[in-house]
Amino acid sequence: MDQTSKPEKQTIKRKLRNDIILIAALIALVVLVGFLVRLFRGAGDTVVVEVDGKVYGTYDLNVDRTVEIRTGEGGEELNLLVIEGGKARVETATCPDGICAAHRPISHQGESIVCLPHKVVITVKLAGDGDDPDIVS
Amino acid sequence: MRKTTRKLALLGLTTAIALVFAYVEALIPPIFSAVPGIKLGLPNIVIIFVLYKMGVFEAAAVSLVRMLVVSLLFGSPTMFFYSLAGATLSLIAMAILKKINVFSIIGVSVVGGVLHNVGQILLAMVVLGTAALGYYLILLAIAGTAAGVFIGLCGGFAVERIRIDRPGGGK
Repeated sequence: MDQTSKPEKQTIKRKLRNDIILIAALIALVVLVGFLVRLFRGAGDTVVVEVDGKVYGTYDLNVDRTVEIRTGEGGEELNLLVIEGGKARVETATCPDGICAAHRPISHQGESIVCLPHKVVITVKLAGDGDDPDIVS
Repeated sequence: MRKTTRKLALLGLTTAIALVFAYVEALIPPIFSAVPGIKLGLPNIVIIFVLYKMGVFEAAAVSLVRMLVVSLLFGSPTMFFYSLAGATLSLIAMAILKKINVFSIIGVSVVGGVLHNVGQILLAMVVLGTAALGYYLILLAIAGTAAGVFIGLCGGFAVERIRIDRPGGGK
């Protein structure tokens, strides 16, 4: 009796160990893939600026330019968007926290800079991906 | 003859339980409503039970009937095809893993859970023609792993305790 149950127990133990290895490997794989996807995320080519959920303007990421995003009632609130060398950043902003201006330049598809006080969302997209951007330039 | 009848009755019974599980699961509010598709997959307890107790073809039959009925009752034809893609991939993988006998029922279930999601996303990628869903896959793979552990544990208990080989439960 004992002689048959002992190896059986060992088999179960071994299998459970294999399970844990399997699960750990799966999670490691997923994290690795997630990391790689982030690393090699496709570069975007357009910058979409939205204010309060509405599209404020769409700009080509490969053309250097500066955009004054004027918000607020009389347009007194400003985020200065600078597109330079295929990257977009907020140079200066009149918002109290300045988080958007501190954000690193964005260039990859799906990356965004958000200015909550002014309700400004700047997102890098790939033209033809999803809703077609109406070009304002 | 008698064996066939027994088998038929058992398959009907397990299919009915799988349907009840699907219904119960539909009552549970989604954990992350922002990411659709994250769910436990309670019916898979039954599928994995049938896979271990009866065989691949029986499990496939129960799975197929379950999906047909669920999509008729609560869902749409689209849902059926997504489920089919996920379930096919998942069941094939589980059958192979069970055959090679390296992992316990939990490991088998985890792979099944992950591949169920993978199958659905792959079909969605083909149908929608976009690779953007790849991000989504990462989330669903993690959710599938967690669900797989839970389902594997439940299925393991069921396989261990429920005897279907002899009438009266004697061994």
